[in-house]
Amino acid sequence: MSLFLEISFSAMANGLHNWLAGSISNATLVSVTEMAIAGVSLLLFLVPLCFFLGYMERKVAAFMQIRLGPNRVGPKGTLQIVADTVKLLFKEGLTPNASDKFLFNLAPIIVVVTSMLAMAPIAFAKNFQIWDINIGVLYVSAISSLAVIGILMAGWSSYNKYSLLGAMRSGAQIVSYELSVGLSLISIVILTGSLRMSDIVASQADGWWIIKGHIPVIISFVIFLIASTAEINRAPFDLAEAEQELTAGFHTEYSGMKFAMFLLAEYINLFIVSAIAATLFLGGWMPFHLGNWSFFNNVMDYIPGSLWFMGKTFLIIFIIMQFRWTFPRLRVDQLLTLEWKYLLPISMVNVIIVTMMAIFGWHL
Amino acid sequence: MSLLGEDIMTEEGEFVINIGPQHPSTHGVLHLKVWLDGEMIKKVQPHLGYIHRSIEKMSESLSYRNFIYATSRMDYLSAHINNQACALCVEKGLQVEVPPRAQIIRILMAELTRLSSHQLWWGCTGLDLGAVTPFFYAFREREAVLAIMEESCGARLTQNYCVPGGVMYDIHPNFQNRVKDVIKQIKSKFQEYDDILSGNVIFEQRTKGVGYLSPEDAVSFGCTGPTARGSGVSCDVRKWFPYDGYEKVQFKEILETGGDCYARYMVRMAEMKQSVYIIEQLIDHIPEGDFQAKTKAVIKLPKGEFYQRVETARGELGVYIVSDGAASPYRIKYRSPNFSNLSALGHMATGSKIGDLVAIMATIDLVIPDVDR
Repeated sequence: MSLFLEISFSAMANGLHNWLAGSISNATLVSVTEMAIAGVSLLLFLVPLCFFLGYMERKVAAFMQIRLGPNRVGPKGTLQIVADTVKLLFKEGLTPNASDKFLFNLAPIIVVVTSMLAMAPIAFAKNFQIWDINIGVLYVSAISSLAVIGILMAGWSSYNKYSLLGAMRSGAQIVSYELSVGLSLISIVILTGSLRMSDIVASQADGWWIIKGHIPVIISFVIFLIASTAEINRAPFDLAEAEQELTAGFHTEYSGMKFAMFLLAEYINLFIVSAIAATLFLGGWMPFHLGNWSFFNNVMDYIPGSLWFMGKTFLIIFIIMQFRWTFPRLRVDQLLTLEWKYLLPISMVNVIIVTMMAIFGWHL
Repeated sequence: MSLLGEDIMTEEGEFVINIGPQHPSTHGVLHLKVWLDGEMIKKVQPHLGYIHRSIEKMSESLSYRNFIYATSRMDYLSAHINNQACALCVEKGLQVEVPPRAQIIRILMAELTRLSSHQLWWGCTGLDLGAVTPFFYAFREREAVLAIMEESCGARLTQNYCVPGGVMYDIHPNFQNRVKDVIKQIKSKFQEYDDILSGNVIFEQRTKGVGYLSPEDAVSFGCTGPTARGSGVSCDVRKWFPYDGYEKVQFKEILETGGDCYARYMVRMAEMKQSVYIIEQLIDHIPEGDFQAKTKAVIKLPKGEFYQRVETARGELGVYIVSDGAASPYRIKYRSPNFSNLSALGHMATGSKIGDLVAIMATIDLVIPDVDR
């Protein structure tokens, strides 16, 4: 099964490439067409994914809040989120009179596009990757920090004081937490010696980094979880859209599909940070192996890599969702204190320790 | 480019935002005008009057039986205690002895009301600070309390159970058993409340040292109830001026000396336990007898002035009746706890952040219809 999936994807991709190269003589046109196909298939993957994440979030919240959650539309309420999307599609997308209309309409597009771009180097299974770029990790962190531009744009152009405050907070927050995210990613890059996603996954064939890397990698994993939760503006770090303080923060003035774009981007970002964490710390699509238990290892190998990847990713998503429904929100100064006084120094020291580990070969 | 002008600052170069009258954290139609310097609050100015229904003026044309009902709509979370205050004031004028059974029922209902009010407050405090889950936990127990209210009083929120001379009906036969069940349930959940909110690091950071109110300021602003007791001012009317037989009940007046949001929070959490303690003492000792004293069909108070104070869930409620001997009051004035507590908000919030303003508003537990009346 696993073999079938992996072979079939690369065979499909190669076959498509050969067919396109045969029928279109211009090499540039071939790659443009390939990109368009990749983009469309990504969209076809992302929309159901976001539906599922939306449903999952409601069910997790309901489970934690002694409620049932959606259970009316469709079997077990699974179509509720589809119904909500249809509602948002039919709603009027208001543009406030006093707003900067061009930026106001551009902002949600930028937010969604940046989060979709960050999907490119994520390895779903062996050879199942849109773009195995040699600077994969750097690419993801660079692209995901662009999202702040969209948020700032939304807050600024809305001509709303709450939005402005939300955008201000968001800017301070994302720029600060980017550092910790970067440093905790670097610790794995140092251990692996490569920024390429497929290399990082391959280096974990004999054990995931979170097990091989002892306590320092566990520390950077925890820091990554905290900092990336802050970077994607989720509770308890959702200061940019703090409902009780700023009504809805930077997207106060948005409605209809433009609002849904922000929601879509939030869920894509949630998936991306969880996928990155799963790839870097939990071995990506690598199955779980235990020393010399060959029977156990064979059973584990039989589970497809894509299932391993999705399982790990959704485990982390589940954890991040639980944060949201447990903790109160931090205040803006406490948020920055947490980053600059605690997370950043810890991750700096941690990077030095990891570097020493890599030089002296202390890891397993 | 814009209709409103491109500058979002005022002419004086100040950044002013209007929180409310429609805002998720004002819990009603309170309008706060907030002067900001970045995230820092320079000045807060509450604007009132959005839900003014002139209950005091209205009462002047209502009979002494009827004007009590309007008070349920003031502080709707302690509706029973408001009714009790009015009933007590009328009884004072009539010089009627309330039967012991009615007194005990009133106290029990008042403490259940206080419990349900504090539970709602606890949930809303969590909500205001960004934790949504406590709200549902709080409502689980509150629902059980309200079901008891419904069974005996016929209403869940605006009970109108107190009438001059006692209570309107006798308690439901199930009352004692159900109260015991609910008390048992609530007692087992206190630990859960502490686990999810009180002991949380983020919650402590958000509330400790935030919104400090010194005892002197608490007195000079006229703060009462948990707001003042969080600053260490002893002001529990049930202790100082007992009514309806509170002098026979054992309970502690909770005082905290912190003066910050956390102290006010802890006062209310402990008060819930005290309410449970009061109910436990009384629930098995409801005396037999009448639930209502005999009063005339048309009540006429003698000429004079009458004043009665009670401790609602938010502080001291005073009812002041001026009578000219007619069948309806000449003038009524309510001293509502929320109005005085709100007046301290600006003092507490100045110099803190927007997030703190929300925390302070949550811990002084405002009910806006009581501010405006």
